[in-house]
Amino acid sequence: MSLLEIRNLHAGVDGHEILKGVDLTINAGEVHSMMGPNGSGKSTLAQVLSRRQTYEVTRGEILFNGNNLLEMKPEEAACEGIFMAFQYPVEIPGISNAYFLRSALNAVRRYRGEDEMDAMDFLPMFRERLKLLEMDEALLNRSVNDGFSGGEKKRNEILQMAMLEPKLAILDETDSGLDIDALRIVANGVNTLRNADRAMLVITHYRRLLTHIVPDFVHVLVDGRIVQSGGPELALELEEKGYVGTDHGTQQALSA
Amino acid sequence: MSTTIEQLEGYVVDAYASFKERRQKDSHWLKQLREEAFERFRAIGFPTTHEEAWRFTNVSSIAQTPFRLGSEDDFSVSQQDLEEYRLVEFACQLVFINGYFAPELSWLAGLPVGLEVSSLAAQIDEDPESIEPHLDRDRSAPLDSFEMLNTAFLQDGAYVHIDRGAVVKDPICLLHVSVSGVPPIMSHPRNLIVAEEGSQAAVIEEYVSLDGGLGFSNAVTELIAGEGAAISHYLVERENLQSFNVSTLHLRQGRDANVSSHSILLGGGLVRNNVHPVLGGEGAECLINGLYVGSQRQHLDNYMLVEHASPHCNSRQFYNGILDGQAHGVFHGRIIVQKQAQKTDAKQTNRNLLLSDDARIDTKPQLEIYADDVKCTHGATIGQLDENALFYLRARGIDEVSARNLLLQAFAGECLDRMHEPAPRKFIEGLIGQRLADIGRADLRASGSGHRQPDEIVWEEAG
Repeated sequence: MSLLEIRNLHAGVDGHEILKGVDLTINAGEVHSMMGPNGSGKSTLAQVLSRRQTYEVTRGEILFNGNNLLEMKPEEAACEGIFMAFQYPVEIPGISNAYFLRSALNAVRRYRGEDEMDAMDFLPMFRERLKLLEMDEALLNRSVNDGFSGGEKKRNEILQMAMLEPKLAILDETDSGLDIDALRIVANGVNTLRNADRAMLVITHYRRLLTHIVPDFVHVLVDGRIVQSGGPELALELEEKGYVGTDHGTQQALSA
Repeated sequence: MSTTIEQLEGYVVDAYASFKERRQKDSHWLKQLREEAFERFRAIGFPTTHEEAWRFTNVSSIAQTPFRLGSEDDFSVSQQDLEEYRLVEFACQLVFINGYFAPELSWLAGLPVGLEVSSLAAQIDEDPESIEPHLDRDRSAPLDSFEMLNTAFLQDGAYVHIDRGAVVKDPICLLHVSVSGVPPIMSHPRNLIVAEEGSQAAVIEEYVSLDGGLGFSNAVTELIAGEGAAISHYLVERENLQSFNVSTLHLRQGRDANVSSHSILLGGGLVRNNVHPVLGGEGAECLINGLYVGSQRQHLDNYMLVEHASPHCNSRQFYNGILDGQAHGVFHGRIIVQKQAQKTDAKQTNRNLLLSDDARIDTKPQLEIYADDVKCTHGATIGQLDENALFYLRARGIDEVSARNLLLQAFAGECLDRMHEPAPRKFIEGLIGQRLADIGRADLRASGSGHRQPDEIVWEEAG
């Protein structure tokens, strides 16, 4: 059984269809990259997978571990093992990172029937993961993303992923806006978390990230449909030729 | 008009007549003080919504309910009944039942050096001279008719005296308990807190009800902070949702005195919280911090009157409100900067979260500045729970009820962060946590998982 099976997915916002029949199968251990021009539906796919209710699914189905994902609430999907690193992580003043992460971790553990972690168990784990992302321990008591730089926010997303150990990690344009150093740290974190049980869907606009995180499969999404799939070499090809299928796409040759 | 007043407030007139009869033996000055206050009340009656300060709060239900004064022996409350109200490690706890001091329920043993506490009734009987210079010093200008009423019925409450230079480590707790009766009971507690020069203490004034019945508590607290004193006052209102509660806090600050007022309104049906600091000594600082959490049909009105009467004084007002159901919140922040109060620095912020379509907030700044070298800013926000933040938390596995609760706690936490004494802070944090958990559950039941577009209204001005 595949970890994720998307069949003929149609979805949109406010009656406006954005995804127009997406089929995608992801197995445990695989890293897939979803590329495509702006507005092609990449982020919509990420939002639907993380069960954001503002995105309406009109047709098709999604099975996660054989279960109907479309019947799950966001928190259920998260507890089942789906993690989305946000393109725009939300600032939440007044809730400390430590408290937030422990609440999230314990919610997931409760769901899985595991014992909750107290602060004593939590801290060593947290410290170890902080090192992986080259983050400062002072982060513990800072409010979630509040006053963080762009790079810090993205690193904080990967830190959460490292703590929550999902089965499927979706990186929604995590590379956008990152400087060289932050990109290296983020990519290093992601690569460390790659293993045979964990799948990843890396959504990006730029090939740059894929030189750091080498995918097993590359898909090209244009106007709500996957128009091309292939191996890592496809990303290189796209850089040279641009996206096929739309005029808009050809102009938007991949750079950076 | 006067005939209407006679009809509406007939119960007040009757109650006053018999009260006066019972208090024949009191000092002349006190009887005169009451009489003057009563005559003033009689002349104007209860406030109406035509008055600027009462525009958003209709008190006709207080005027029309025939309340009576309770008596000392028509209630029976045991130590056990009060167990759940002894959560704080306190220096002492004075318990009042329907406004009357209950020595057998109070904890006054082992008072720290420099702290004197007793009931106002005892002071009136035994040492009226100790209270005369402090009581109702602003006789010429009572804040409103509720204060007049309180002074007219002045007989009991807390008397707290902190000696010069004394540092009282644990909070001084004043627990005001309402027990309902038929006909319903009103009480007019008067608390007098005198903090001498350079002293330091925290006072928690708490209002609770032991049953679900209707009652009316109309308290006035006068806090006099001498030169360089550092005093915190915590008001906690958590009576049942049938209760009428009016409380007025007068703060008089001497030179370099640092006073903070924290008002936490969690309960009560119709609540009016008056906070009136007068910064009368140069270099005084005042923090006015508050949180009101309303649900169902609660009406929570906060009226701030901050008076800058001397140069180089700072005042900071921060009030946060969370309103659910059909609750109605009011924040009226009035700042008066007198002509001589140059270099005043006054700031006012009122933030509100409306959790339902029927919840309502009226927020109103009122700045009256007669000096020309001052800094005054005010701002208010009205918004809803941030849907993006809510989704972010849920996408990490936190269920909707808990996620809402976390966000509400974070919002209320701004108010907690301004409390610097650990014991009261911890106690109030617990109360707020419980209250918000109740709201979170009720809110989810009522609204399902329907979501609204977040719309926020923000305004800010500097003058």
